[in-house]
Amino acid sequence: MSILDVHNVSICYMTGDFKEIGLKEYVMRRLRGNYQVNEFWADQDITFSLEKGDMLGIIGTNGAGKSTLLKAVSGIMEPTRGWVKREGTIAALLELASGFDGDLTVRENTYLRGAMLGYTRKFMDDMYEQIISFAELTEFQDRPFKQLSSGMKSRLAFAIASLVKPDILILDEVLSVGDGAFRKKSETKMKEIIQSGATTILVSHSLEQVRKLCSKVLWLHKGQQMDFGSDVQTICDHYESFLRKK
Amino acid sequence: MIDRLRRYQFLFEELVKRDFKKKYKRTILGMAWSVLSPLLTLLVMKMVFSNFFGRNTEHYTTYLFCGNLIFSYFSESTSQGMSSLVSNSGIFTKVNVPKYLFLMSKNVQTLINFGLTMCVFVVFCVLDRIVFTWKLIFLLYPIILLLLFNFGMGLILSALFVFFQDIQYLWSVFTMLLMYMSAIFYTIDSYSYTVQCLFLLNPVYLFIRYFRKIVIDATIPTVWFHLLMMVDVAVVLGLGCWMYKKYNHRFLYYV
Repeated sequence: MSILDVHNVSICYMTGDFKEIGLKEYVMRRLRGNYQVNEFWADQDITFSLEKGDMLGIIGTNGAGKSTLLKAVSGIMEPTRGWVKREGTIAALLELASGFDGDLTVRENTYLRGAMLGYTRKFMDDMYEQIISFAELTEFQDRPFKQLSSGMKSRLAFAIASLVKPDILILDEVLSVGDGAFRKKSETKMKEIIQSGATTILVSHSLEQVRKLCSKVLWLHKGQQMDFGSDVQTICDHYESFLRKK
Repeated sequence: MIDRLRRYQFLFEELVKRDFKKKYKRTILGMAWSVLSPLLTLLVMKMVFSNFFGRNTEHYTTYLFCGNLIFSYFSESTSQGMSSLVSNSGIFTKVNVPKYLFLMSKNVQTLINFGLTMCVFVVFCVLDRIVFTWKLIFLLYPIILLLLFNFGMGLILSALFVFFQDIQYLWSVFTMLLMYMSAIFYTIDSYSYTVQCLFLLNPVYLFIRYFRKIVIDATIPTVWFHLLMMVDVAVVLGLGCWMYKKYNHRFLYYV
């Protein structure tokens, strides 16, 4: 029984200029009949499935549709066509450092983020000290968030997010957080989560990481599925030679 | 539904806290200002219009205050609610949370403002020698309906604002026009019967009228009046919920 089934998923973005033209102009154009929207297919007919404990690496150049696909998998987006079936809880750690509020303090942001990730207040009360010390931000707790450096921000984001214990875990380039020392710490933490039996999806530009960690790999290019399989090394080799040819 | 509410209670509380802190940070007057500004409007209106309309209207101060109280709640709630989706796009594009929470949190804040202004309103009623009767309990009806009405309008506007940026300007023009059509500082008695009926098409006017009936005249409006208000609210709320349901997953594409 597979824990995640992605079947013929296609996602289409509408790229019109309604935002720029506004309502007045929209109504005018509709009346005159020269209103157009363009379709942009970010993903087309992606199919794969994962078993419990699998670790999937998604590779591909920028704009391949990786992040969009992850949004569909995590349920933030509904696929335009096809379907996604999930068993169990899912946690997506996407673009960690964004979504914080610069005017609030570090403490307030920590609680807000915890709430967003679906933790309970009690859980946050218990874990707060641990989060702050893991992120090495003890002396910054009551500073406004915007005063932190970008490295500190992603450290905090990682520290909060790494407490999740989901059945399916989605990581969008989170393994490359912080400076050398912190990266080591975060990798250890990540491995802990993965080894606890979670099915993991990892987006990475580091092929080395994918080769080392993953048991399956999905290769996307411009929204098309180039390859999917458990033969990680071969697919990575193909991808590498593909990159060299460009 | 209740299960969902409990699940998101923590997030909701944190959102309310955040909106509160952001609004009142570094302002000395803080919340007092939110009460002061409708009072200033009231003062100006009282000074300017007393000569024109005040002579034939009993309890003109209370009459004005009823209008301002309702209208400022309506316009504050809708204009602030409008941006609730767009300004939180950083959150709902990353995490799957119910999107109406953002609007609800904004509405909690405007409701508190309304509550504070309401307290001042009571003081003014006493000063204006209004006799309080048991019928005041009926004010709960328009207050609850207005809360739902504002929430519904907020749903519609915040959804539209995702797609069309100029809604903000159009809405501010519209609210101004609506203010002049809501009989806040004048009475509609001098209009013909047909025109008076046209006023009933304005939902905000219905709320104001209900308040005045209860507070000043101490009479309870007819059953039909109650029903009319309820229909207005149901339509707006229904439309808002429908839009959120329909576009729930499509908001993402546009922000």
